Amino acid sequence: MEKMTEEQVKSIANMLRKRSLWMIHYCTGCGAMELPPTMTSRYDMERFGLAPYVTSRQADILLITGYLNVKTLRRVITVYEQMLDPKYVIGFGSCTLNGGVYWDSYAVIKQLDRYIPADLYIAGCMPRPEAVISAFRHLMELIDSGKADGYKRYKRNLAYYKENQRKVLG
Amino acid sequence: MVKMILIAIVAPLLAFSIGLSFMMIKRKVVARIQRRYGPTIIQPIFDIMKLLLKEDNISHGVIFSLGPIIAIAGSILSVFFIPIAGLNMLTGSGDLIALLYIMAIGSLGMALGAGDSANPNASIGISRALTLMFGYDLPLVIIVISVALQYHTTDLSAIVAAQANGHWALWSLPLSAIVGFVVTYGALGEHPFDIITAPHEVATGPMVEYGGKHLGFLMINHAFHLYVEIALFVDLFLGGASNIFIFYIKMFAVFFIMMMFDEVLPRFKIDDAVRFFWKWPTVVALISLIIVLVK
Repeated sequence: MEKMTEEQVKSIANMLRKRSLWMIHYCTGCGAMELPPTMTSRYDMERFGLAPYVTSRQADILLITGYLNVKTLRRVITVYEQMLDPKYVIGFGSCTLNGGVYWDSYAVIKQLDRYIPADLYIAGCMPRPEAVISAFRHLMELIDSGKADGYKRYKRNLAYYKENQRKVLG
Repeated sequence: MVKMILIAIVAPLLAFSIGLSFMMIKRKVVARIQRRYGPTIIQPIFDIMKLLLKEDNISHGVIFSLGPIIAIAGSILSVFFIPIAGLNMLTGSGDLIALLYIMAIGSLGMALGAGDSANPNASIGISRALTLMFGYDLPLVIIVISVALQYHTTDLSAIVAAQANGHWALWSLPLSAIVGFVVTYGALGEHPFDIITAPHEVATGPMVEYGGKHLGFLMINHAFHLYVEIALFVDLFLGGASNIFIFYIKMFAVFFIMMMFDEVLPRFKIDDAVRFFWKWPTVVALISLIIVLVK
């Protein structure tokens, strides 16, 4: 039998990973209300092997829902660094993209991607459960093709992220 | 000798696949009860594979990493002591009382590992687990004594042999069988006895710091645990089985009834759970023991 190359092993691993994604949702802002219908009977995200989990060690996806203020950013970074590789971040709602309605607030983080690497954003205020599920499906495609490499970017550009974090957190 | 080695390889694989099949079916049945479509049937395999394939595996110490392995070792050892379908593996060299001791190793392995993680949630979870074990072990020991007195032996394979041709202990000792069902149910930690892992209270309790391959091992251990607890109930009260298919059907029947209870009940507090176990199951088990002694 031919020896399997590293590429093939990786693609098989990615194929298995995308079928089982456990999510920790850090409900910093207002998005928490959209998730119960996504998880439970109405939209049932368990169909795709997605499940909500409660601790950062067990989770694969960090879902940042809604706006993120300076105080909670510190906790979000702790949670993100506690998660085990490979890990993915989804920014949920317009506030994680550009601040949304809090665009001129002094206490709110405008752009999530400057502090932790986001693999995917869901635009909207608020995104409907259909949009959330379609984002998860898109994340699965990204994982399958090996493009969801936020955790690698975080390691590679650690100095950049740490510098940005230090600027806000002090 | 060769036969012994073959059995030593086949028996854990068999136990694991039976436990895993129960985990698979449970996810689907739970989804249907909640009027959901549910995951694909092989979802637990994906979960375990993903956990074993994690690139990071953070350990908080040697005992933390050893905890899941001790738990699996305890579960596999208890698999050897439970006779299935005429396969008497180690049942000759240890009886029912030895098995009761060995079955506690799994919880103790978890306790060691969770203690080493130094997370307050893990400490609360594991203290709950050991308190719950304290609760359900009392009625369990009493019903084991009643079964042993009924058949004048503590050898599990002899108890199975005595129940052949439909003379199940379920018919001769109905009260003990009911208590046995409740105790098995409690030992599996389903609702309302899921106080150990209670995600909303203690964030999965002992597993709170476990991730990656450690959590994968704990999921594998859960499959063994499901098998051991239900197989012991089937051997004690439903007369074991002559072949593996009948054994599986009996185990599945017990598990299916348990799933039905699991989905409709809320959660006990830990003191309420111990109070429950020491009140109704213990009293009923004592009545059953007195009936056996008088008869």
